Amino acid sequence: MDGSRDDFIIAIRSAFLKRETQQTFSLLGLIIFSLILLILGSLNFKIINYIKIIVNEGVYRSSLVISIPEKFIKKTYINTNEHFKFYDEYKKNKVELKNLRSKNLLNEFAILENNRLKSIIDDYLVISNEIVAKILIDKQSPFSRSVIANKGSKNNIKKGMVVLDGEYLVGKVIEVNYITSRILLLSDFNSKIPVTIEPGGTQSILSGTGKDDAIIEYIKDDYIDNDTYNATVYTSGFGGLFKAGIPIGKIKNIDLNKEIKVSFFSDFTQLSFVKILSYEEAKTKAKEKIKLEAQKESKIIAEKLKKIQAEVELKAQKIKKLKAEEENKLKAEEEIKLKAEEEIKLKAEGVSRLKAEENLALNIEKQKNYKDLELKYSSQCKKRFFNMLYKIGTPEYKNCILNKGIKTFNE
Amino acid sequence: MNEISKQSLVKKILLNAPIIVLFISVLSNFDFNYLDLDYFSFNFIHILIFYCGLKKNINLGYGLIFLAGLINDTVINLPIGLSSLSYLLICVSAAYLRTITLRPSLSKDIIYFLVTILVVNSISYTLLNLIFSITTEYKDLLINVFFTFLLYFVFANLFKLYEIKILRRSDV
Repeated sequence: MDGSRDDFIIAIRSAFLKRETQQTFSLLGLIIFSLILLILGSLNFKIINYIKIIVNEGVYRSSLVISIPEKFIKKTYINTNEHFKFYDEYKKNKVELKNLRSKNLLNEFAILENNRLKSIIDDYLVISNEIVAKILIDKQSPFSRSVIANKGSKNNIKKGMVVLDGEYLVGKVIEVNYITSRILLLSDFNSKIPVTIEPGGTQSILSGTGKDDAIIEYIKDDYIDNDTYNATVYTSGFGGLFKAGIPIGKIKNIDLNKEIKVSFFSDFTQLSFVKILSYEEAKTKAKEKIKLEAQKESKIIAEKLKKIQAEVELKAQKIKKLKAEEENKLKAEEEIKLKAEEEIKLKAEGVSRLKAEENLALNIEKQKNYKDLELKYSSQCKKRFFNMLYKIGTPEYKNCILNKGIKTFNE
Repeated sequence: MNEISKQSLVKKILLNAPIIVLFISVLSNFDFNYLDLDYFSFNFIHILIFYCGLKKNINLGYGLIFLAGLINDTVINLPIGLSSLSYLLICVSAAYLRTITLRPSLSKDIIYFLVTILVVNSISYTLLNLIFSITTEYKDLLINVFFTFLLYFVFANLFKLYEIKILRRSDV
C-alpha cells in the first residue's frame, strides 16, 4: 500500500516538476501562474484588464487572418446548402411577398400612429447614433455565442449598445476595445432580455440556449394559449437598454415541459454587417432635435438671405445698366432732337435770312423804284402851300408816290 | 543552396506542425458548429495536447500551451487563464500517464483521456459557474466530452501516422 502511494507521489512529482528535455517552464509554475491570472481576473484587477485589451487587439486580427480558410469552407458549405433550397425558398417568398405587400400599407399607418403615441408617453424611441460595423470573427462555440465587430471605442462604441441586423435585434455590446468590440448574441446562454409576446402583450424574459435559438422564461402556464403558438417576440423596453418593439423572432414550438422555444428572425451564423446604436428618451432627444432643426433653419434662412441679397445686387446692377442704357438712349435722342431743332432753326434762319434778303432786295428795288417814282411824281404828292397833299416822308406820301401820283391813289 | 534552404524550411514546418496546428486551432477555434448539428461538438485542442503530452517525440512546450490557452480565452471570451489551466491540467495528466506506463496502448490512453477531460471540464465548469457566474449548459459540455473522447481514436491514429511518416520514428 505504502509502495503504491510512493509510486504515485513520485509519478506526480515527476509530472509536475521534472522539466523534459525541450521544456522551458515547469508545469507547476505555469499552473500557479494561470491560477493567479484567474484570481486577479475575478477580482477585476486593472492590470489584467489592460493585458486583456492588448491581447484582444492582437488576437482578433490574427484570428481574422487565420480563420480565412475556415470561413471559405463555411461559406462554400452554406452557399451549397442555399442553392439546394433555392427553388423552395423562391416559391415561399413569392407567396409571402404577396401577403406582405397587402399588409405593408396597413403597417405604415400603424407605425406612424405608434410613433406618435410613443412620443406622447416619452418612450425610448429615438436613435442617438448609428454605426455600421463589419463582423470580423463569429466564433460560436457551444459555450459562448458572441461575435467581434470591427468598431471600438475609437468609433464611439460603448458597452451596452444595441446591435441590429437590419431591423432585427441581434444582441448587445459587452466588451469594447480600441478598434474592436465584442457583441453578445441573444442566443448566448448568459443573454437575458425582457420581451413582449404579441398578440396578447405577455411580458417575459428571453434567455439564450447556447444554440441557434432561445427560450421564454418566467412565464405562467395561464398565459400560454393558442395565440402563443406562432406568436412574435419583441423587446418590451423594460430596463431602458432596448427600445420597445424591436422584433426578435417567432415562437417555434412549445414542448412537453412547456418550454417555449423562439427562433430568431436574423440568422446569427450569417452576420456580416450589423448596426450598432443606442436609444435616448424622446424628450431629451426632441429638445436636441429642435435645437438642431432651429440651427439648420437659421442656416438655411441665412443662406437664403445671402442668395436673395446676391440676387438683389444682381438685379440692381442690371437695373443700373438698363438705366444707364436708357439714359444714354435718351441723351442720344435729345442730341438728335437738338440737332434736328438746330437744323430746323438753321433752316428757319436761312429761310428768314433769305426772306429778309429777299425783302431787302425788294426793299432796295422798291426804294429804287420809289426814288425813281419820287423823282417823277413828287410834284404830284408833295405838300405845298396851295395844295392839300402830303408831307414828305409820311406814309401817305410814300403811298402816293408808289401809286404814281394822287390820281392813281384815289383810284 | 536555395534548394537546401527550402528543404530545411519544409522540414522545420513539419517538425513544428503540432505547434502550428495548435495555434491555428485556438485562433480560428476550429470546429464544425456551422454544420448546425445540434448534438455534435468536440475539442480538438484537448486531443492534440493530450496526445503530445503522452509522446516525448513531439515538440510542444508547456509555455506554448499556456500561451495557446490565453489566446483561446480571448477568442471565445472566457475568463483569462481558464483555458491555460485546463490545458496544463491535461498536460499534467498526460505526463503522469507517461511516467507510470511501461507498455503504452491506445485503449488505455483513451480511457485515461476520458477521465482526464471529464475532470478538466468539471473543473472549468465549476470555476465558470461558481467564481465567474457564467452559465454553461452541462448537457452541451457532456456532448462535447463524449465526442472528444470518441474522436481521440481517429486523431491519435492520424498523429501516429504523422510520427511514423514525417518524424520517422519507429518507437511509436
